[in-house]
Amino acid sequence: MFPAAARLAAKRAFQIRTAFHGSPKVTLASRSFSTALNYHIDSPDNNPDMPWDFSQANKERVKEILSHYPSNYKQSAVIPLLDLAQQQHGGWLPVSAMNAVAKIIEVAPIRVYEVATFYSMFNRTKVGKYHLLVCGTTPCMIRGSREIEEALLKHLGVKRNEVTKDGLFSVGEMECMGCCVNAPMITVADYSKGSEGYTYNYYEDVTPKRVIEIIEMLRRGEAPPVGTQNPLRIKSGPEGGNTTLLGEPKPPPCRDLDAC
Amino acid sequence: MGFVLRALQRARPAIGGRVSTFRWITSTPDLHKPEGAAAAEPAAPEPEIPPRTPVGGARVQFSNPDDAIEVFVDGYPVKIPKGMTVLQACEVAGVDIPRFCYHSRLSIAGNCRMCLVEVEKSPKPVASCAMPALPGMKIKTNTPVAKKAREGVMEFLLMNHPLDCPICDQGGECDLQDQSMAFGSDRGRFTEMKRSVVDKNLGPLVKTVMTRCIQCTRCVRFASEIAGVQDLGMLGRGSGEEIGTYVEKLMTSELSGNVIDICPVGALTSKPFAFKARNWELKGTESIDVTDAVGSNIRIDSRGPEVMRILPRLNEDINEEWISDKTRFCYDGLKRQRLNDPMIRGPDGRFKSVSWRDALAVVAEVIHQVKPDEIVGVAGKLSDAESMMALKDFVNRMGSNSVLCEGNGPNPQADLRSSYLMNTSIAGLEKADVFLLVGTQPRVEAPMVNARIRKTVKANQAKVAYIGPPTDINYDHQHIGTGAETLVELVEGRHPFSSTLHSAKNPVIIVGAGIFERDDKDAVFSAVETIAKNAKVVRPDWNGLNVLLLNAAQAAALDLGLVSSPNDTIPSAKFLYLMGADDISLEKLPDDAFVVYQGHHGDKSVYRANVILPASAFSEKEGTYENTEGCTQWTVPAVPTVGDARDDWKIVRALSEVAGVRLPYDSLTAIRARIKTVAPNLLQVDERELATMSFELKPPVSQKISSDPFKPAIENFYMTDSITRASKIMAQCSASLLKK
Repeated sequence: MFPAAARLAAKRAFQIRTAFHGSPKVTLASRSFSTALNYHIDSPDNNPDMPWDFSQANKERVKEILSHYPSNYKQSAVIPLLDLAQQQHGGWLPVSAMNAVAKIIEVAPIRVYEVATFYSMFNRTKVGKYHLLVCGTTPCMIRGSREIEEALLKHLGVKRNEVTKDGLFSVGEMECMGCCVNAPMITVADYSKGSEGYTYNYYEDVTPKRVIEIIEMLRRGEAPPVGTQNPLRIKSGPEGGNTTLLGEPKPPPCRDLDAC
Repeated sequence: MGFVLRALQRARPAIGGRVSTFRWITSTPDLHKPEGAAAAEPAAPEPEIPPRTPVGGARVQFSNPDDAIEVFVDGYPVKIPKGMTVLQACEVAGVDIPRFCYHSRLSIAGNCRMCLVEVEKSPKPVASCAMPALPGMKIKTNTPVAKKAREGVMEFLLMNHPLDCPICDQGGECDLQDQSMAFGSDRGRFTEMKRSVVDKNLGPLVKTVMTRCIQCTRCVRFASEIAGVQDLGMLGRGSGEEIGTYVEKLMTSELSGNVIDICPVGALTSKPFAFKARNWELKGTESIDVTDAVGSNIRIDSRGPEVMRILPRLNEDINEEWISDKTRFCYDGLKRQRLNDPMIRGPDGRFKSVSWRDALAVVAEVIHQVKPDEIVGVAGKLSDAESMMALKDFVNRMGSNSVLCEGNGPNPQADLRSSYLMNTSIAGLEKADVFLLVGTQPRVEAPMVNARIRKTVKANQAKVAYIGPPTDINYDHQHIGTGAETLVELVEGRHPFSSTLHSAKNPVIIVGAGIFERDDKDAVFSAVETIAKNAKVVRPDWNGLNVLLLNAAQAAALDLGLVSSPNDTIPSAKFLYLMGADDISLEKLPDDAFVVYQGHHGDKSVYRANVILPASAFSEKEGTYENTEGCTQWTVPAVPTVGDARDDWKIVRALSEVAGVRLPYDSLTAIRARIKTVAPNLLQVDERELATMSFELKPPVSQKISSDPFKPAIENFYMTDSITRASKIMAQCSASLLKK
């Protein structure tokens, strides 16, 4: 009797674990939010021999960024410069771009690699022109971010961090972006217009249906309205208008010193 | 209480299989409520605590007595200088704090958290390695809070650490193993998957098993701070964090082997030593290194007749606790290409093994057939002082004065010790603020000296100027010229660097021993001396004029007066006695000359030898060596010698008897007594005999400086002598690391 009970318990424990993590196989894969491995493998479009440099317009911006820091602390500019390089290179950082940044800030390339691997917003593999980031933190997850991601992946026919065949879209996961009040939400990093027209927009209160509409609009080149996608809400206000604090609030009595 | 817990634990399986997945953790009950346990203790009168001995010989120096502060470690008061960390204070008080990321020679990272201790009035345990000690601080290292903190940290460290100690090369000398035994819990609560990390290829010397890494970043800090190669870094974040190079890159540093020593776990281990032996099987012999002129202190670990590995030994004055890769990995050369029998080359040109008696008889017969001034003795770069003394006495007794040591060039200046030694001393380089390197590439010639210069450059922002061929220097420097004309400019004060040199407080000039081989060396040295005089490099309180020697034998040879010139003697030699000399040019040697090669390796000179006399290598004999700063040290035999080989001085002594000119010493003591009459400083072991400096004593120089650029003294760092040339590991290094 006892062994049977133990088996039952083990089975139940497994079910609980699967419910929490998805299948055990993807447990490890889903731990990593970065789009790439922590080491570099040479490929035709990503190798140290590939020439890479900032464009003429961006060179001015590099100068401007460097002017924010004392000349003996150039390395402080590593994150803004990597960001600029990523925008220029269509949303991701090839190793030669990191080397170019290292040269500008006069540090060893490994110091730049350390930063680029640390921050998951630096993509070290190719992403789509529209990089869609689904928030995966608890409030969004409770409000259905899993379904949003599933709908996106199904609609686009890709896996996470994979680019669609036309190179337009890729789906990734991001942690809390501070929009919990409008959960669930996605972010669209728009690299289609280079570093000049780069935008980074939040689409909040999305539903699996709405999110498909948004990407179809993006595909057509339209600009979906940013912010909450629930027509009944204004920004982060409550649905159907405010319910409290409708009238003029009364001043706190004790502040009216004359009345006391 | 403990009994009840144990009883409960025993009872658990009986209670039911349903809870069998639940794991019962026991630990000391007062660990769960440390505050309560501390309060429960009766306020007993403070017991008298005897003073404890500091850990690892930790000492305190008070540069300013006002800076002393008093802290209490476990109730024991200890005086330390201001600025020391809590961990150092504990060490002075004789309490060893467990640590992984902290290393006294590296910057403080504070990321392993193993060194947590309790500090009174601090709400949480503090990381002692990064916390400065404050006056009156009450540090507690063995309270329940501290113990629980350590236990917790250890549990986290072991979470992702594989349980592969039985197949790990670090087993037995692993910090994690030792400290988990001492400070860890007897079980873990981790039931998830352990992570795994891809191994990195760091080259032929360092083997990586990155899954074992605990991210202490010691190797990253060592590489960037001491080795000066910015290759390693910490990549990724969180549980995906790993040490690596990101792009495929070998660790091309001459000090890379030291990351094996500083790695507290088995993540970085020695590739040549992998799976060869366990550390408790090895016999350690404290000896010194002879592959360069630094004389790094080493420990030769041997098992039976075999040298298994070489490790550094702490010597603050010479090598601190590092050694170069050549020192560490040349040992496999000791097992290959060895000469183990006396041999005579027959008429067919092939060597035939003979007995010692026959070999010595043949040599003695030939030596009497040539004219005395046609006898030349050459000591090799690995020779010890005893054998050079014996060789010189023997050749002199045969009536010749031609005894020299390879590497010292034509007509070496041996009259003044200061003209061939590193007068500042290696440790003294740390006080310098300006360096002028003349024709020397310390990175390949003496990596330990280079590490000192780099340390000084990093600590004092010392300026370095370099004259010589383009080379890879791993610190900020100016390359101000390639040849002697730059020296002339400096002499005349025309060069912009002159003002830097003149305004320096403690300037240092280092001249490479490669200059010894130049024909205009006297002129170069005289130019350097003029620069030194103008810039006040030599003062009563500071001697900054140095020569960086290349070989272990050089300093002792010059002390003993092996000062013949090879240019004059080799072309006229009819009897050449090579005592391990492989790098001397034998092109001008007459074809009918008789060559005796006495040495331990079948290397270059053996091709020309007529008789081979097998000798023992530095790991097999007791010998006196003087390093480039004039410090005398002894090697100690670690393993028995191979075959029929004998110590060098004994062979010369035996030969002298067969040749009828018996040398009057039969023991090491006797030969050292003879050395005492020539160079008494060679008997002052582990001491530096200071050299007096006087330019006035030198004769005026009539030579002209030639415009030839300085040449690199060493072409291949990994292969400089017969041992390293025979080493397979060094060959792999030359093939993969020197690839351009």
